[in-house]
Amino acid sequence: MSDVAALPSRAALPRNQGLSDLSRERLRSAWIFLVPMCLALLIVAGWPLARSIWFSVTDTETDHIGQGDFIGLANYLTWKTLPSGRTVFYGVLVNPEWWNAVWNTVRFAVVSVACETLLGMAVALALNANFPGRGIVRAAILVPWAIPTIVSAKMWAWMLNDQFGIINDFFLRIGLISHKIAFTATDSTSMFAVLAVDIWKTTPFMALLILAGLQLVPNDIYEAAAIDGVHPLKVFWRVTLPLVRPAIMVAVIFRFMDAMRIFDLVYVLTPNSSATKTMSVIARENMFDFNKIGYGSAMSTLLFLILLGSITLYLWLGRVNLSGDGER
Amino acid sequence: MVSDLAKKGAFYLFVAAIVFYAVFPFYYAIVTSFKTGTSIFQVDYLPTSFNLENYKSVFSSGGRPMTLDDVLHFNITGFPLNFINSIVVSTLVVALALLIAVTASYALSRVRFRGRGLLLMTILSVSMFPQIAVLAGLFELIRAFHLFNTTFALVFSYTIFTLPFTVWVLTTFMRDLPVEIEEAAIVDGASAWVIITRVFMPLLWPALVTTGLLAFIAAWNEFLFALTFTLDNAHRTVPVAISQLTGASDHEIPWGPIMAACVIVTLPLIVLVLIFQRKIIAGLTAGGVKG
Repeated sequence: MSDVAALPSRAALPRNQGLSDLSRERLRSAWIFLVPMCLALLIVAGWPLARSIWFSVTDTETDHIGQGDFIGLANYLTWKTLPSGRTVFYGVLVNPEWWNAVWNTVRFAVVSVACETLLGMAVALALNANFPGRGIVRAAILVPWAIPTIVSAKMWAWMLNDQFGIINDFFLRIGLISHKIAFTATDSTSMFAVLAVDIWKTTPFMALLILAGLQLVPNDIYEAAAIDGVHPLKVFWRVTLPLVRPAIMVAVIFRFMDAMRIFDLVYVLTPNSSATKTMSVIARENMFDFNKIGYGSAMSTLLFLILLGSITLYLWLGRVNLSGDGER
Repeated sequence: MVSDLAKKGAFYLFVAAIVFYAVFPFYYAIVTSFKTGTSIFQVDYLPTSFNLENYKSVFSSGGRPMTLDDVLHFNITGFPLNFINSIVVSTLVVALALLIAVTASYALSRVRFRGRGLLLMTILSVSMFPQIAVLAGLFELIRAFHLFNTTFALVFSYTIFTLPFTVWVLTTFMRDLPVEIEEAAIVDGASAWVIITRVFMPLLWPALVTTGLLAFIAAWNEFLFALTFTLDNAHRTVPVAISQLTGASDHEIPWGPIMAACVIVTLPLIVLVLIFQRKIIAGLTAGGVKG
């Protein structure tokens, strides 16, 4: 899998040293080819990111963009000493709603990625076995992945509906609950609702990534283990798991990054619920509902920094080699 | 022998559970979309009626059923217009991304130059960083370009996730093409441009279809930018339109039409996915794209 996700390790054609006319020509056209892409990325990603970070240190209002003044880190944290001698703190970093959103996001990301990895592993192991109808099963698990997030949010909102939902009906029939529950509107259950939809939608992706890793494990290893009479569970722990670990690591990074920025599902499934509001949701709310694009940008910048920090840590701890250069 | 049979039974039960879990919500949406009136509020596990009323209401334009005449004269409003917007945005953004990505991936996969690793890492990190982090800056930029509340605002902003992804996947595909083909072309005096257009393009078609399809799905499903950069229904794409389908009050949410709309926007994707199943899986695992 790391083979699949990784990039060119094989150098194509002449090396730089002792440049011939030919390779100089190649190098020049390579740079010309790269210019449009670099320019496009600079305009749609680099510049907006820089501007957003700049907004976060200004008091810009959304309706009067470009007219804000530099206020240092006041959006993040500032304090004022009142005449009474008491010091009052302001800013995102002392905003309880922000920390609530951080907690919601982290909780969501950790639980959903953990469940998706375990479930995905189970599905991948099943699909790795040879059985009639495997193609149909693989096609079926692609269905949740192909459905737009908003559509899955609406479909599940209908199934989870408090009065007419099939899930309430089913739970009542089998006696799991004694009265109907408003899953998406109750604070204690809304996070479970969001998790249920996300796990349903994303487990296939996880399963397919892990399956790709599983299929790289050569069959003779299993045969050798079978001849030696090793217990299947031991084979899984000692052989399969270590071999697919790189695949799982890469899949977990991508999923985690994705889960940390979740917006659409929460916004549509449980609107305005403080029990599920994530960092992206609260940042956008400040930018476009409260007219405070500077303050909201401070939140989005913090999310960016948190992600940057966690991925650096993860790559460093896990020694994951994403680029594929070197090593191999 | 008995335990073998039990094991097999348990395995198939597990597989059946997976299929049921994956497919049931969509099945239930289809069942609901064919129900109208009060029957919609009755929970049925199996299909009970086949009524196209909801689909008619979704496909109505300006309060009456859409006619062929409306289509020919571009006199389209409501949900059909959102559908067209989605198709236009997704198609344009895929074409744009592929156009820029093909040449860039050639350079990234075939030419060894200083800073290549760094550039690849930058591209990967752009595809991973949160959309919300650029939202304010993009909003300003789109206003400055007078693109606010147009479909082009979406084509422009979607490049941020389609381009890095297409470049990344095409680079992995291209590096696996045999070096000998390229060497032969170079010996024959072909320039880099000729190598790409005449030698690589014919070999790259499958890869282009896969990446194009995945980028199309990503653009088709996008919500945050579409919600923020468009204002009125005439410029909205399907996901935002569906999220805004509400009744007069909380108790009058039009579940029937919503489910019909959900089925309509999902069906093309599911058909595409089933046709290109193998290619999509290959592309997904190569790009490690988000779900």
